[in-house]
Amino acid sequence: MTAEELLAIQGRRRFLRDGTCGIGTVALSGLLAEDGLVAGVTGESDTFLPREPHHAATARNVIFLNMSGGPSQLDLFDPKPRLQQLHRKPVPASFLAGLNDPVIKAGATVMATPRTFSRYGECGMEFSDRLPHLAGHADDLCMLRGMVTDTANHHPGQLLLNCGTPMFGHPSMGAWVSYGLGSESRNMPAFVVLTSYSKPASLVGPSLWTNGFLSSSYRGVAFRSKGEPILHLENPAGVSEMFQRVRVDTVRRLNALRLKQTRDHEISSRIASYELAYRMQAEAPDLLDFSDESAATLEMYGLNDETTRWYGTNCLLARRMIERGVRFVQLFHSDWDHHLDLDKLLKVDCRMTDRPAAALLTDLKQRGLLDDTLVVWGGEFGRTPMNEVRRGNSPGHQGRDHHPFGFTMLMAGGGVRGGQVVGGTDELGYHAVEDRVHIHDLQATILHCLGLDHTRLTYRHQGRDFRLTDVGGNVVEKVLA
Amino acid sequence: MSLTRSLVEDPYGFLRRTGVILLTASIFLGVVSRPASAADADPAEQRHWSYRPIVRPEVPPAAGGAWARNAVDLFVHRRLVREGIVPSPVAGRETLIRRVTLDLIGLPPTPREVMAFIKDKRPGAYQRVVDRLLASPHYGERWARPWLDVAHYADSDGYLTDQLRPVAWRFRHWVVEALNGDMPFDRFTIEQLAGDLLPEATIQQKIATGFLRQTLSNREGGADVEEFRVMQVKDRVATVGTVWLGSTVGCSACHDHKFDPITQREFYELYAFFNSADEVNIDAPLPGELGPYRDKRPEYDRRRRELIAPRSVEIEKLQRRWEQRLLEANANPGQDYRWDRRWEILGLIWRQGLGEGQLEGQEIVKLVPARRSQWQREQLFEYFLRFGADIDSKRFSELGLSQIKSGIDALNRELPRLSRAATVRETQNPRKSFFLNRGVYNDRGPVVRPDTPGFLPPIGKPLRRNRLALARWLVSRDNPLTARVIVNRAWQEFFGRGLVMTSEDFGIQGERPSHPDLLDWLAARFMDRGWSTKWLHRQIVCSAVYRQSSHVRPELRDRDPDNRLLARQSSLRLTAEAIRDSALAASGLLSRSLGGPSVRPPQSASTVMGGFGKSGWKVSERDGRYRRALYIFIKRATPFPQLATFDAPNARDSCTHRERSNTPLQALTLLNDPLFFEASRALAQRAVREIDGGTDKRIDHVFRICTARLPGDLERRELADSHRRLVAVLRRDPGAVAKLVPEKIEGLDPVEVGAWTGVCSVVLNLHEFITRD
Repeated sequence: MTAEELLAIQGRRRFLRDGTCGIGTVALSGLLAEDGLVAGVTGESDTFLPREPHHAATARNVIFLNMSGGPSQLDLFDPKPRLQQLHRKPVPASFLAGLNDPVIKAGATVMATPRTFSRYGECGMEFSDRLPHLAGHADDLCMLRGMVTDTANHHPGQLLLNCGTPMFGHPSMGAWVSYGLGSESRNMPAFVVLTSYSKPASLVGPSLWTNGFLSSSYRGVAFRSKGEPILHLENPAGVSEMFQRVRVDTVRRLNALRLKQTRDHEISSRIASYELAYRMQAEAPDLLDFSDESAATLEMYGLNDETTRWYGTNCLLARRMIERGVRFVQLFHSDWDHHLDLDKLLKVDCRMTDRPAAALLTDLKQRGLLDDTLVVWGGEFGRTPMNEVRRGNSPGHQGRDHHPFGFTMLMAGGGVRGGQVVGGTDELGYHAVEDRVHIHDLQATILHCLGLDHTRLTYRHQGRDFRLTDVGGNVVEKVLA
Repeated sequence: MSLTRSLVEDPYGFLRRTGVILLTASIFLGVVSRPASAADADPAEQRHWSYRPIVRPEVPPAAGGAWARNAVDLFVHRRLVREGIVPSPVAGRETLIRRVTLDLIGLPPTPREVMAFIKDKRPGAYQRVVDRLLASPHYGERWARPWLDVAHYADSDGYLTDQLRPVAWRFRHWVVEALNGDMPFDRFTIEQLAGDLLPEATIQQKIATGFLRQTLSNREGGADVEEFRVMQVKDRVATVGTVWLGSTVGCSACHDHKFDPITQREFYELYAFFNSADEVNIDAPLPGELGPYRDKRPEYDRRRRELIAPRSVEIEKLQRRWEQRLLEANANPGQDYRWDRRWEILGLIWRQGLGEGQLEGQEIVKLVPARRSQWQREQLFEYFLRFGADIDSKRFSELGLSQIKSGIDALNRELPRLSRAATVRETQNPRKSFFLNRGVYNDRGPVVRPDTPGFLPPIGKPLRRNRLALARWLVSRDNPLTARVIVNRAWQEFFGRGLVMTSEDFGIQGERPSHPDLLDWLAARFMDRGWSTKWLHRQIVCSAVYRQSSHVRPELRDRDPDNRLLARQSSLRLTAEAIRDSALAASGLLSRSLGGPSVRPPQSASTVMGGFGKSGWKVSERDGRYRRALYIFIKRATPFPQLATFDAPNARDSCTHRERSNTPLQALTLLNDPLFFEASRALAQRAVREIDGGTDKRIDHVFRICTARLPGDLERRELADSHRRLVAVLRRDPGAVAKLVPEKIEGLDPVEVGAWTGVCSVVLNLHEFITRD
């Protein structure tokens, strides 16, 4: 039986899924290795072949809810009664001693939170009333109140959080993980990026999901945020499954011949991206079609509500992706950069994201997926305990500035011990003073959960071994179950 | 004193003495012409490399036999010799003509051009190709694109409302023409930054200032117009810093630069040059427009006067009252929110959707009427007729102003239009520039005056410290950065990366040049040769370095993974625009017409819905669908997906270096995007029609069109096999054939056309097709 006949009988989707003998699932490396191409020329096997971790993993997948712009920990996670007492007063000098940072604005006064905090769950973790749904997961969540980072600028801060360095052009976390572990899915990219926005000008861009100096196959695949998430999944009119297979087969064979002639590494990436595209054509419509979800699920994610639909769709897509073997899903929500009108704008972003994010946790748990899925919630830095008034002195429009010295992130699932708070800030919420967790520590911990030793996950580039955590990072043992 | 003792007891004295001895010896022997210790005494040598004056280095002596073709090669070769590496052989002629054609005009060579080059055995064949390409009008189109990237050109405002800028293209056209005419880069700079300030400035020179009109505009209700004006000025400073100085000047808007020697104060001194520039559009008639306009204008003026004449004094009085009220709101905000809002709206919606200066309405109101131009008077009056009733609605209707408005609208519809262009001009309402604390637009510190940063040569004593003086300073012979930065970005286009890899940052944090002497030699010669861009491009493409094969050399993979030593060319994925243009060119669909307004080729319904709502994306007529990608309308909030997928930048801020990614979305685009499939079908028809007979001959033809070379035996066999399989597939499926080939073509078998469509699409999907080797 020829491949074409087989295809005609079975249809592509089944054909791709059935076992390991169909041509669609014959690994690219296999086909090329037969011709002595990939292995012989580039010294590398299929870039996406699953690879063994360094040690036993507690998580197979990561869903990183990247809250870009710097969500205010003081109005969400880190209650500070002292702020109420010092409200509108200057910051006591003792907190500023020895600091030399452009963030500190002389004359800024302390700003109390207008929110109220309550205890949630058996553990009694405190949350403000802006995140009632996430708070419902207190016992699953590990709250890191002692986060610190190196920079108070958005882009460098985002680069540090995502790529381990404030410099442009280094691989992102998802790329590192794909490189370290390969892909569980032959039909979907290993690293997918979804975006949502509360403001038209976005703080995020492709430098945050770049492959850097790793093979470009590892770059995050960004789904479109509006309209169809992926364009051109359908064959052109008149192109049947068999026609398409002939096209894709021939492109691959010719590209492989070219690879042999030129030894250009980029061609192996190109071949891999065509294979993946072909498989995505079969898999993605199924991924994007929510008709197999119950009405209750859609309701839970907030898909029936205009406010939550965008982020809810992304959260539900994230679950469906990890079910299909996508290793690293990153949801960027832009942005939480509330310099002014903080209370009002924070409400907007919380309402867009709180319910869907909580639904994601509920759903993962119900399906038993939370055990091996690590969920992270947080942004590149936090916000100042002082107010920042930009437009006149109109009361009610206060906001907070960027703050790198102490802020909060959340983790859940995949080997993380929930129901605990790790770390803390001083009485003003200015500095992390207890169990400080640097961004590199967070990255080391995420990699640890995935079974990777951050000091061993390296790539030699320009004569030096690079790693995600640069020259820092310690696994935060307290976080682990 | 023994040597040992002196070393122990008086190490400095010893070293000093022996140093002197060594120095004397070396001068005596003529070994060292300029001793190291002398360099230490020269403060210029202590400075960061890119801030030192550009001194033309000596060209290394000829070496390496016949390899080197010009001075560029001698610099590269010297380094290769030091590393013990031999350069790569010259690329084959097919590769070479495809490479240089794509690099210089952004389109693939035609088979005829390829054959002519292969057959041209006379000396200078390659130079003749280069000359032809440099003279091609498509050269300007190709080279406009990276310049528009750094200018962050777009056809819309950005932000939420993302209003259209239908006249933005005038600047793009100016760039294309300037490049085609090889306008010296110093003049190119001066006209774009200060064309309006040149004596007797021409309309073209004013259009050039459109460079400064590529900042985003926020017309969303609630936006503070001053806040966004300040953002625009900051963006201009940051852009000039990036584009000419290769400096991340923009970092200093909020604080002193963390790494480079530029203070926050210096940022605002640069800012002061631009703070007095206002956005204004001007009449910039296209050929044929002025005559009809002039014929009708006197009649228009007469009838317009007649409409107003009976009550003109009272009307003017009412309009003054309205203006007064607006000015009071501006001076004392918070007294009456309704007038605050009206003042704000004047600043937000002024002639929106026409790409006009957003704040011009407010600036006109601020001017005493006697200083207003006729155009300003008319525009403000028409705005007053639309929105002025709030001042006194009873009086407004008594004076019949609504009827007058309808009358003027009717007159305006009849008057032949003059095309307009976006420019800047020195403001008529001078404003002071302040140091802004932490960069916050209304947190003003001391007043600052225009000046250039202290780490660069001073601006001297120009007659006036304005944009013109700044532009001249940027391109003065003493400025160490501009020529280096520009030469480096040109190099980057031809090799994939610059001699300085961080083409956007020549500061402390940037990478150092791989070949400092070569960079300086090119920069110095570029200036000596009158800043001729075409001279620079010719110099580079005619070098042996450029002409090398791009084949990867496994033995160098570890030693030089990024090909910094230039022991070979690099294979580079084409830009988004070149990919689309190449597919259209190969298929024969490409429209090669030059210039004109932006076009809107078809795009997916979901993109149109997502970004355009009711306003829609009115798809261009036939020719407009197949224009070069340079001409595609750039809507900032909704980028054209085909281009975005292949890393076209987002036009938000200056982009000096595009990414070259490789994703499955690109594969899906090339396989399934209707445009690329249409190109495959057109190419198939071309192949079937143009080549009689055998499959192999047709394959060769298609392959030559797309890659400039002939396929190898194995490649030919694969394609022939795919053709055979596709014919078999289609013979069994007449329904598919009808969809694949919707229009019957006389004398062509639809199954053949369908199968060849598949074969052609395979070739258009090859890595080689979207790569320049």
